[in-house]
Amino acid sequence: MMLTDAQPGGDRATVGSRALGLLKQREVGVLAAFVLVVAATTMKNPNFLFSNDGFRDLLLTPSLLMLLAVGQAMVIITRNVDLSVGSVMGLTAYLIGTVFIDMPWIPWPLVFLIGLAFGGLLGLVNGLVVAYAKVPSLVVTLGTLYAFRGINVMWTGSDRINASDMPRGFLDLGTEAVWRIPVITIIALAVLAAAGWYMTTQRGGREYYAMGSDPDAATLYGLQVRRRLITAFIVSGALAGLAGVLYAARYGTVNSQVGAGYELQSVGAAVIGGVAIFGGSGTVFGAAIGAFLLMTINRALPVLGVQDFWQQAVVGALIIGAIVLDRFAATRQERRLARERESARV
Amino acid sequence: MTAPPAASPAAPTLVLDGVAKSFGPVVALRSGSLTLAPGSVHALIGENGAGKSTLVKIIAGLYQRDAGSFEYLGEPVDFATTAESKAAGIAVIYQEPTLFPDLSVTENVFMGRQPTLSFGRIDKKAMRDEVVALFGQLGVDVDPDRPTRGLSIADQQLVEIAKAMSLDARVLVMDEPTAALSGVEVERLFTVARALRDEGRAILFISHRFDEVFDLCDTVTVMRDGEYIATSAIADTTVDALVRQMVGRDVTDLFPKVVAPVGDVLLRVEGLTRTGVFHDVSFEVRAGEIVALAGLVGAGRSEIARAAFGVDPYDSGTVAVAGQVLKGGDPTAAMRHGLALIPEDRRRQGAVLDSGIARNITLTIRDRLARRGLLTSRAENDAARTWAARFEVRAPSLDTLAGTLSGGNQQKVVLAKWLATEPRVLIVDEPTRGIDVGTKSEVHRLLSDLAGEGLAIVMISSELPEVLGMADRVLVVHEGRITAELARDEATPEAVMHAATHSLEGAR
Repeated sequence: MMLTDAQPGGDRATVGSRALGLLKQREVGVLAAFVLVVAATTMKNPNFLFSNDGFRDLLLTPSLLMLLAVGQAMVIITRNVDLSVGSVMGLTAYLIGTVFIDMPWIPWPLVFLIGLAFGGLLGLVNGLVVAYAKVPSLVVTLGTLYAFRGINVMWTGSDRINASDMPRGFLDLGTEAVWRIPVITIIALAVLAAAGWYMTTQRGGREYYAMGSDPDAATLYGLQVRRRLITAFIVSGALAGLAGVLYAARYGTVNSQVGAGYELQSVGAAVIGGVAIFGGSGTVFGAAIGAFLLMTINRALPVLGVQDFWQQAVVGALIIGAIVLDRFAATRQERRLARERESARV
Repeated sequence: MTAPPAASPAAPTLVLDGVAKSFGPVVALRSGSLTLAPGSVHALIGENGAGKSTLVKIIAGLYQRDAGSFEYLGEPVDFATTAESKAAGIAVIYQEPTLFPDLSVTENVFMGRQPTLSFGRIDKKAMRDEVVALFGQLGVDVDPDRPTRGLSIADQQLVEIAKAMSLDARVLVMDEPTAALSGVEVERLFTVARALRDEGRAILFISHRFDEVFDLCDTVTVMRDGEYIATSAIADTTVDALVRQMVGRDVTDLFPKVVAPVGDVLLRVEGLTRTGVFHDVSFEVRAGEIVALAGLVGAGRSEIARAAFGVDPYDSGTVAVAGQVLKGGDPTAAMRHGLALIPEDRRRQGAVLDSGIARNITLTIRDRLARRGLLTSRAENDAARTWAARFEVRAPSLDTLAGTLSGGNQQKVVLAKWLATEPRVLIVDEPTRGIDVGTKSEVHRLLSDLAGEGLAIVMISSELPEVLGMADRVLVVHEGRITAELARDEATPEAVMHAATHSLEGAR
């Protein structure tokens, strides 16, 4: 419902502006859906938006997923997928906790670098296998999803890292806010802005789109497909690492199951936000808004009195709806173009 | 900058000599030779499969040659990637446009070498301005900001040309750039090509249209069966001489089809149309006849066959087998009525490579072989043995995996599979592609025998000798329409080639 609202039928614009318009509309549409969900829930319970906690949670809860969704979107745009992000996030979170325990003297801002580097390293493993062994990323990252999680479980056992193991300043980061906007959200937004900038203005970003749009043509163009592919996976891994660090700061406890399930949510967020699952189109902004919508719906449905079972179903319907919508729009456009060509020929 | 183009032999820009390339057992290029001079437009002609496109891809750095020498600007070169050849100043326009459908026209022109500002930001305005200027020069009316998805092939081709021009290349290779262009567009392209030639660039022009070759080019090289045949100045040659060089053998003796008594009409296709793909296709095939669908690659022949069989949909028209009209889009029903289609891509659509010969052959009749829903290996082997023996499939046992067989034997297995359904009409798409000469004639003998037994056969083939040798009648398809119907004695290489490269008289 909400998604179909985002796509008005039969306008008479040119093909080009229409296709561009559609792209823009998708982000606008998902944003509108987000606003709608927030408005409806707030009407039922004003605390959802207007209480201090409510406002903070609204921004804070989706922030970690947003980081993953941004990295995921970059990978999906190249016609790949990174299913290991949840495990990378968990493993990095535990590593950070261990670093604090073993090296209490470490200046805490340094762990951000450690998290980024470690996540990036795990991403590099994915990227290398995908690029050189020519194994589909779906299989490779499904493998590393289990492998990284396995390492995590082996390492952690039934232990957990507690808030008392981590420095005050680091933990404060999870609760502090600037002008009522949580610091973690600010970090996520900064990453989003940088990724968006890269994807629209840099050669590398544009080549991601090109590779996803037509991999064979990318080779014929002489693009450095392999290098770009590896970079995309490194970025996705590094952002998952960053999310792991922020998870530790926000929740204060880390066990062996941190981030489990996030991989599919990040794919869902990207798809809902208009990133085509076969690559080549969509934006990181759309994926970020998708993350907000997904997490907010999860929190809003209980408030609206929807049963547990239906919450999952609603999210599923949203994802399927988004893909069907893409397919539908593409088929319609194809048919119209075939007709146009036909009439031009006569 | 450069010296004006002189008639005297200038130092060649690019020299290929004795270049060879194979893919596994298939030899795509035996011995390709080519010399491009600055300020010259050089035509490269030959039948489908003569090795032209392979030669182009070696020049482009997409393929690496197995043997022979490659010199560029007097230096021996080995391009490992397309980026290297591009950087050296070689621009290639491929047969099928290679554009990124999701990206804008402007981005497509500059992908991988966008001009940048500070911080590596892409200079979008500069890119757009140059595209607008290039399109002005080319006389193209395409919105530079629209995505390339949905552009007509002609417009896509023009984007490719703009891309090549913006490269400022010393060698420009055009692999059949005019196949989808209209007369006006072709003329505009030629103007641009001549301007580039006069700037001292070397241009390689691949085309099937002789009028264009004689109009634009000054030199012509003919290839056949992956080999260099001859190079001549355009002024010194004629269409007849070129066709003789292209065909190069006495075609009628190669694949003799035995004349069979012609019976009732078994397949009747009427007004078959699929918007944008093929139009108003009508023909009939009688028992005992082999009818060839000839034409260039991409003319729409396979699409027609697939639609008739029901794999692909069609918008209007009818397909009738032995007088009974088939429901469109239902291959199972088509099979039940006695239609069989042997697809072009044997490895992907024809044979199940990971299964044994017996299982492959019985795939189409397994319902019939099963007893109470159970299928035994013995039933499969019994049924398969007859067919394998009849087709002389050479393999150690019936369990041998289809994937390990040679191309010719795979094709025999696929033929056996379809004949096991006891069809009345057989459609074969490129029956001998990638098959060695010896097995080729065996496949031809089989087809001829089958026609003799009263089957109606539709054979799609891009190989002129095969078409001329095997077919009782030749239907020539050009851009999705049947442009000629030639009886066996009318079907000369010239007549088929002419119809395959020209629209219907008076259609334009």
